[in-house]
Amino acid sequence: MGPSSQIDPTGSATAGRELPPQAADIAAELAGFRREMLRFATLHLRDQASAEDAVQEAMLAALQGADRFGERARLKTWIFAILRNKIVDIIRRRVREPAYEDPLNEIDEADFDPLFQGNGHWQRDTRPSDWGNPERSFENRSFWAVFDACMNRLPPGTARVFMMREMLGLETDEICAELSMSSNNCWVVLHRARMGLRLCLDQRWFAGSGGQAA
Amino acid sequence: MMNCKQATRLMSDEMDRDLSAGDRLALRLHTLLCSGCARYREQMSFLRQACRQQVTADKAVAPDAAAAPTSPPPSAPPPA
Repeated sequence: MGPSSQIDPTGSATAGRELPPQAADIAAELAGFRREMLRFATLHLRDQASAEDAVQEAMLAALQGADRFGERARLKTWIFAILRNKIVDIIRRRVREPAYEDPLNEIDEADFDPLFQGNGHWQRDTRPSDWGNPERSFENRSFWAVFDACMNRLPPGTARVFMMREMLGLETDEICAELSMSSNNCWVVLHRARMGLRLCLDQRWFAGSGGQAA
Repeated sequence: MMNCKQATRLMSDEMDRDLSAGDRLALRLHTLLCSGCARYREQMSFLRQACRQQVTADKAVAPDAAAAPTSPPPSAPPPA
């Protein structure tokens, strides 16, 4: 993911400007990404109305900046980078509203105990098995449905920390600062999120026939 | 010696921070001897790659219309 400074089409900076002539062409192409953008924003924001806002703001910012956009082939990467920034903005605004439970309390460390024997080694039947060539699953739409479902099974605060780290690409320091968490607690939450997501994908995708068919 | 439960925590941590030299060595030794944890480590890389793909993956197109091949496999976490 590129540095946000390259795109940074903040609405305020361009508000009120005439749309450049290229905007009409680009608008038509952007319309094709709308559903996917909405899905992406909803996954992050878990709220349809905020997701709609983010997508609309991103599209407007893209159209206002259309004259700065040269390479049409990378339009999708560009619009998603803008959308990502809008989502980060919304998450930042939300952080000040204490709507979330402390993510540290959402998953109990003991929840994963059944995976391990008393001595801390894997149980025979929970030892991670071979996922083959898991990257092949990226081409399979069913994989992404399972992936989203697994992501949605993470508790909301945990999912937020994980997505800030892995999808929005923030450093742990930034996440800790935004959420007023200690670094160690941040790492603990990320660890539990990965543990949970891995287990879910293992059970729902790689252990089933879907993985083989991918 | 480090157990698998401790190793999973370090395998997550190494995606977010630099491990100490001692932790890196202990983890390296552990994953050499433990195939389960070696796989866990690969799967952590896969999760990261999936999250990045998820941002731009063209899931709306039919599989046969997917023009973009998948990117090369993720690089494993840097060896200790």
